[in-house]
Amino acid sequence: MLDDFVLRAMLAGVGLSLATGPLGAFVVWRRMAYFGDAMAHAAILGVALALGFSISILAGTLVAALAAGLAVAGLASRGQAMDAALGVVAHSALAFGLVAVSFLRGVRVDLAAFLFGDILTVGPAELWLIWGGAGLIVALVAWRWGALLTATVSEELAWSAGMNPRRERLVLILTLALVVALALKVVGVLLVSAMLIVPAAAARGFSRTPEAMAALAAAFGAGASVAGVWTSAIADTPAGPGIVVAAALIYLVSVLFSRFRAEG
Amino acid sequence: MNLIRAKGLGLSYGGRLVLEDVDFSIDRGEIVTIVGPNGSGKSTLLRALLGALPPSRGVVERQRGLRIGYVPQKLAIDATLPMTVARFLSLPFRQLPQRRAAALARVGAAGLEGRQMRALSGGQFQRVLLARALLAGPDILILDEPTQGLDQPGAAEFYRLIEELRRETGCAVLLVSHDLHVVMSASDRVICLNGHICCEGSPQVVSAAPEYRALFGPGTGGALALYRHEHDHHHHNGAEGRAGGKRDAG
Repeated sequence: MLDDFVLRAMLAGVGLSLATGPLGAFVVWRRMAYFGDAMAHAAILGVALALGFSISILAGTLVAALAAGLAVAGLASRGQAMDAALGVVAHSALAFGLVAVSFLRGVRVDLAAFLFGDILTVGPAELWLIWGGAGLIVALVAWRWGALLTATVSEELAWSAGMNPRRERLVLILTLALVVALALKVVGVLLVSAMLIVPAAAARGFSRTPEAMAALAAAFGAGASVAGVWTSAIADTPAGPGIVVAAALIYLVSVLFSRFRAEG
Repeated sequence: MNLIRAKGLGLSYGGRLVLEDVDFSIDRGEIVTIVGPNGSGKSTLLRALLGALPPSRGVVERQRGLRIGYVPQKLAIDATLPMTVARFLSLPFRQLPQRRAAALARVGAAGLEGRQMRALSGGQFQRVLLARALLAGPDILILDEPTQGLDQPGAAEFYRLIEELRRETGCAVLLVSHDLHVVMSASDRVICLNGHICCEGSPQVVSAAPEYRALFGPGTGGALALYRHEHDHHHHNGAEGRAGGKRDAG
């Protein structure tokens, strides 16, 4: 019989995976891995600001991640080299965040919980929040799916169909910021992009269409969440990193499967 | 009413003036070809006409509700993105299987639905791109060097197909190309571009124009250019050949 907190942790991971699956597929297709990373790192700054100004941590991280995403997008469109822009934003946001947290006197901050997640302490209210947020993201991505995919394949193709690829990029940045804010509690800022990339990359080898890959990525993320939390419950391993380890193992199997299929 | 019209179009890109004072229009059923050397702003002009680049000067007007069938110069589908031909044909909007099959059959690529886009040959890929453009029910087909990577007979056949499609559907065709002699014979109008419009008119008029001959001297152009100018090839070398027409856009 599962304890309530273990069940809640599993449900939190599964809920988050429903959003990170399709969104992670776009991150992989559009090569935005470091982009997601930069937004996640900025979330620590959001935590510090939230505690400093006594607003909700979810709102703080959402705003900080969104700001980082828009900053990187802005720098990139002004012709700055993308990887340098990402490096500057990601690491300075993390460093600013860590320094800012140290100024918070009288507030006890468990930094490790934000860096690596604290999924086993997810309460019922947070669980609703995660599922609600994930539902919002899935609805948004499903609504924009055709335009997002067309803009991903080719921006000119999107323009020629009367779509605006810049708007679709903003939709992605907005949903990524929301995912970062939701994932903070589950896997922490350092492993958010792993939740986006690893299940999607694992799904690639088994998929023939973009839709299949997005759905399979969500399924793999959900499976990894259950496995990671389960292992944590029986072997006392850290749950957030355990989820990513499970996803990485799925990825490994997928790579071997693809190679086997290519040779056979 | 023109399908697309540009007036006094100027475009700066990364601090460099790429297009200057371009007047352009295309009407229903016309085949218009844009030729010009590398870096002459051909693709930039197409992107401005599509609405992907806001003009720095002048205006671009597209007819309301204009349906564009666009065939890009190159389309690199990321290795991480699984995409069957059938799925690709349903971009941006979902298409019925029988419509997809008919479009593929029309361009001579029947039965490819189940293949991955990345597994197609160059010729198959171009035909699938064309089939996708046709599924939009286009008022105008816009093709950006669509025969890159095809051999001469393959390119000639591709252009014959486009001419047939124009006859069948009455759509306009706007083409950017390097395959001068093949394209010129099929075009109603040729625009010679080098940052600005050097010369414009019927294929015969353009190929006889001194601006065109300066840009596409012997050796760089197609068979038509070669045939016309063989006798004075030693006058069109190096810097003189690149200098362009009366006005140089730089």
